[in-house]
Amino acid sequence: MNGSITSALTTLHLSVNNHPGVLSHVCGLFAGRAYNLEGVLVTPEASGDTCRMWLVVKDDGRMEQIVKQVRKLHDVLDVQVGHTEPTVFNRLAGCLEC
Amino acid sequence: MLRLTGAELTIRLLENQGVTHIAGIPGGFNLPLYDALGRRGTIRHILARHEQGAGFIAQGMARVTGRPGVVFATSGPGATNTLTALADARMDSVPLVCITGQVPLGMIGTDAFQEVDIYGMSIPATKHNFIVRSIEELLRVIPEAFAIAAGDRPGPVLVDIPRDVQVAIAELEDLPAAGAPASIPEPDAQALARAAELMNRAERPLLLLGGGTASPEASEAVLAFMEARRIPAVMSLRGLGAIPHGHELAVGMLGMHGARASNMLVEECDLLMVVGARLGDRATGRLDSFCPKTGIVHIDIDACEVGKLRIPQVGITADAAQALKALLPLLRNTNHDPWLKRVDACKAEHGLHFDRMDEVCSPYGIIRHVADAMHGKGIVSTDVGQHQMRVAQAYPMMQPRQWLTSGGLGTMGFGLPAAIGAALAKPDETVVCFSGDGSLLMNIQEMATAVENHANVKIILCNNEALGLVQQQQDLFFGGRLFGSAFTAGTDFVRIAQGFGMPAYHLNDERDPRAVLEQALANPGPCLLEVRMSAEEKVFPMVPPGAANSQMIEGVNS
Repeated sequence: MNGSITSALTTLHLSVNNHPGVLSHVCGLFAGRAYNLEGVLVTPEASGDTCRMWLVVKDDGRMEQIVKQVRKLHDVLDVQVGHTEPTVFNRLAGCLEC
Repeated sequence: MLRLTGAELTIRLLENQGVTHIAGIPGGFNLPLYDALGRRGTIRHILARHEQGAGFIAQGMARVTGRPGVVFATSGPGATNTLTALADARMDSVPLVCITGQVPLGMIGTDAFQEVDIYGMSIPATKHNFIVRSIEELLRVIPEAFAIAAGDRPGPVLVDIPRDVQVAIAELEDLPAAGAPASIPEPDAQALARAAELMNRAERPLLLLGGGTASPEASEAVLAFMEARRIPAVMSLRGLGAIPHGHELAVGMLGMHGARASNMLVEECDLLMVVGARLGDRATGRLDSFCPKTGIVHIDIDACEVGKLRIPQVGITADAAQALKALLPLLRNTNHDPWLKRVDACKAEHGLHFDRMDEVCSPYGIIRHVADAMHGKGIVSTDVGQHQMRVAQAYPMMQPRQWLTSGGLGTMGFGLPAAIGAALAKPDETVVCFSGDGSLLMNIQEMATAVENHANVKIILCNNEALGLVQQQQDLFFGGRLFGSAFTAGTDFVRIAQGFGMPAYHLNDERDPRAVLEQALANPGPCLLEVRMSAEEKVFPMVPPGAANSQMIEGVNS
């Protein structure tokens, strides 16, 4: 429904419940609704009950809809949209090259 | 102090939720649950003959009561068999809680007998799902499952319980409180004000009512809103019954097999207010040609529906009743008499017309005669196909929760089990199930369930010995090449029904089919009435798939 596809990348920063099915729920949503998911990074938070999740998403004009759909997942506690460069991933890429 | 097994605890928690019926089938890995259910004796179990049937029986209960229906299935094939009913509930926003047995925790991932990852498989088919990893988790998960199923936009929830969790023992002081949906936030005041401004300026306002208005509370608010400000309405398939058939402001169903008048008026209006409808493709036709000249106001309880397919001028995330009640006092008493005159004229000129309505044994005549005999009462379910579209067009739906049909997923096999569920949840009502020979065969085993439970279900079988709607499309859009869509076995459905212990009649062979019909509807318990018809008789009008709603194909509805 939306016009031009751009290659702009957006990072979604999620706080989610920490149990084995959560990643399936998040990735399943992206696959099922044909949203472009370019990168995923997950790490447990201090207590172990929750995780932080970074998603790199290709913004093809549906970002508002994607965020609403992600927010609707019951294990997703919070969603923040970062329009800046996906710095976490850049730093990670640096580590992986070492 | 309560000392309970996981299975006993589960049954107690279901009681706590006010569950009165469970439809299901036992098997190896849910037997502890069944043993606890049987020993407790407080909840009525409906033994289905296929887990998909159980899922649709529970849906029938949920659709007529508005409360979550409950399904039990064992692991592996029992669990996978529920998936179609769950996906159907998700598409049509029906609250369900499906509890599946699972192999013991320690055996998960070993390819154990009847092991399947139903948690993983059911993610896209459910609103949410759980796998319970300890008996303690049951205390949180079961109430939460009900709260999620019934909350905001309702939907199906699956709870997978490994066998060892079912037999584990817990000691607890008391049961937790029943899970209840969180209250829905009030609609945004600014959005309401902007919607009111648009409505007050509109000269040709129109409502589009969807399944979100088909509850008694929403229906009441919709009627009050329409009548107070004289705003006409079209309905989606799932919105039928939100306002009574024949209401002066009701135009009728829009979309692929809707009335031409509905599709025309959507094009002519200068403001379309969409309430509790998700603008599905069968309703809108080609989206870029839908309601092209004007903006829309979209009210939906699910924020994701607002702007999913069409960016509205104003979007309001709210319960339909709440939003309309809040909006009504903001509207001025504007005069749009010329528009109402146009609506009446359009209805008269481009409304639906059916031939052979006097003949009991004709595609539309049977619908009319059933409706006459029901006197506006009772519940109507359908399967999927030509008969479904005809019932949607011609049956006078009078109230919400009277009309059960698989709208979003279009599941053949829905009709009979959904009717059984409705009949068991509303034992004082007569439930008519319109079906076709293709659809009925897809869950025909539930005839045994209907007979066993003496469910007051009347199957009206429109038998055209074909997949009629498939043949219609092959005839119109595939050069008339009918392939893979004829049923040539001459199946005798009357004998099959009788074999299940159900009275059954060939209406075409009766001297007085109307009398037989009326008597069969009046007698308590299940029965089957077969009407033979030709697959060559098509359902019109029709929007070709992928075309704009303005491009309806006309034909004779015989």
